[in-house]
Amino acid sequence: MFSYKEIKKTALISLWFVFLTFPIMVIKVDPIERIVRWRWDNAIYVGVGIFFTRFLIEYLKDRNNKRQAAKRSANKESQPIIHSIIANPKQRNIVIVVLLSTAFIFPFIFSTYQTNIMITALMYVVLGLGLNIVVGMAGLLDLGFVAFYAVGAYSYALLNYHFGLGFWAVLPIGGCLAGLAGLILGFPVLRLRGDYLAIVTLGFGEIIRLVLENWNDFSMGPSGISNIDRPGFFGIELSLNGSIMYLYYIMIVLMIITIFIVNRLQDSRLGRAWIALREDEIACQAMGIDKRKTKLVAFSLGAFWAGIVGVIFAAKTTFINPASFTFLESAIILSIVVLGGMGSIIGVIMGAFILILLPEYLRAFSEYRMLVFGGILVAMMVFRPQGLISNIRRTYTFNKDQ
Amino acid sequence: MTTPILKVTGLTMDFGGIRALNRLDLDVCAGEIVALIGPNGAGKTTFFNCVTGIYQPTGGDMILTPPGGHKSINLKGLKPNTVTEKGLARTFQNIRLFSKMTVLENVMIGRHCRTHAFIFGAIFRTKATRKEEKEIIEMSYSLLKEVGLAHLADEFAENLAYGAQRRLEIARALATEPLLLLLDEPAAGMNPQETLQLKELIKKIASAGQAILLIEHDMKLVMSLSDRIFVMDYGKKIAEGVPAEIRANPEVIKAYLGEDIDA
Repeated sequence: MFSYKEIKKTALISLWFVFLTFPIMVIKVDPIERIVRWRWDNAIYVGVGIFFTRFLIEYLKDRNNKRQAAKRSANKESQPIIHSIIANPKQRNIVIVVLLSTAFIFPFIFSTYQTNIMITALMYVVLGLGLNIVVGMAGLLDLGFVAFYAVGAYSYALLNYHFGLGFWAVLPIGGCLAGLAGLILGFPVLRLRGDYLAIVTLGFGEIIRLVLENWNDFSMGPSGISNIDRPGFFGIELSLNGSIMYLYYIMIVLMIITIFIVNRLQDSRLGRAWIALREDEIACQAMGIDKRKTKLVAFSLGAFWAGIVGVIFAAKTTFINPASFTFLESAIILSIVVLGGMGSIIGVIMGAFILILLPEYLRAFSEYRMLVFGGILVAMMVFRPQGLISNIRRTYTFNKDQ
Repeated sequence: MTTPILKVTGLTMDFGGIRALNRLDLDVCAGEIVALIGPNGAGKTTFFNCVTGIYQPTGGDMILTPPGGHKSINLKGLKPNTVTEKGLARTFQNIRLFSKMTVLENVMIGRHCRTHAFIFGAIFRTKATRKEEKEIIEMSYSLLKEVGLAHLADEFAENLAYGAQRRLEIARALATEPLLLLLDEPAAGMNPQETLQLKELIKKIASAGQAILLIEHDMKLVMSLSDRIFVMDYGKKIAEGVPAEIRANPEVIKAYLGEDIDA
């Protein structure tokens, strides 16, 4: 690997990087003294750094390939550690108990700030799981998922503002309204797939946001709705810390319910139909699956979860405005699904934690935060394009001698 | 003569100005193997696509009559999934399996239109759902056994050998419990050994009383399997009859080999 050709290539790459980063790394304008500083030493650091980084990456790739080749020759099925844990019920139960108890004592150990971040992460887990039904299982690329999130949030905000309805009453209503919005979006896009579907859903997401922004009488426009009630706890007034903790436990329970339901859906007749639809639409119809119904159910169920999380979002922040529901939000949720591994529940959970918690804990790097974050995303897609945890198809146990 | 299971009359299909099917008549009776042959581009696959609802034909009728005195249904204008539900199941010329699903799951998909569990059943796993799921798995597995793929049940469909994929498609179509099985060039690309296995399989399926409509280019296979043969060229039926008649038919020879210039 240290051939002349490799070294030349690496040198060229580092030169290219020096050139690319030249404007931000080398030139610095000092507005006070009105001079330009040329930090040539930075260019050298970048060049040398990239030179060695590339060798490191090549070395890791090489080692990975060799290891895989060795495995293939040994004819052993390579299994990621998580898959082997799932396959072993004893280990699985231990892991679940540990995770659950950690989740339970978390707000007692860590500060309110940490708990708050965790609530956000949990919200994105549920959003990711909802989108996973649409994108991961049914293979319908939906770029306007945030619209349903907005429908949920505004349902709670408006019903609370006008009619004084409480959190628990609106939670199912918000979910169902979002589900209905999913149905409404579903009808016109039934014939579309792939890129075309992505564009239409993107447009739908923007429409919802623009309506909320401009229809002042209905949604109070860009200034948003404030003073939304926090979730009620049997009529008892909770302190701010108490209500954050309370919300945290609501989120934990909601996440567990979501995982349970999505898991069951995935292993059902309906889940199989979704995956078949993703694999081959024509064959799917020829096997007697009603494309229309299956797609609509996927859209609507995915939207339902977004609506539920929307209600919680409104209750958490007590203030919402259309700025919370931009395309970026949809993109983040989609990244969670893709990064985690399409169709894989555990993958989506891990993806959500990484994508939401990483930027938070990278605050230490302040201005380089987004740079590091972007780098990690690129690295992820280079080294594991199938996502963190690829989905394992269920195998069925049955009496083979019948 | 009994009423045929499928009776197609005057089926016409236009793509813009091109007439792909021209007033085609065809019928298949219970327990029969009927073959549809013709040179490339004759419109055989278009015919399949029309019958199964993937294309909407310009004209003509397709009457499906379930045996046992049930009412006849006109398949014209129905969606593909409804056609399958009514009792036609097909395979595809260029294999269309669900490649990222296991072999068993592929067959289980075929059971979709004969089962009912939905969101509620899936989430709460009611007694009825569990029973239904068990039946799906058992039936799918026995179908895999029938086509000789039971040992590969947990493999991804994309990992199967070519011949095995073809057989899996047949198993998947059979899982829908069709009145009539439509096979679109099942032997295409197979080696002689695989073709022989396929022939045995089709014979086995037909011996259970399954009516089969077959598109095939392998003349040896067609002649040895079929009860009756329809020959198409340029969207028109040019001959029909038992294999011996077809072999002797000058029209058919002309369509396949071309006309003698001196004649």
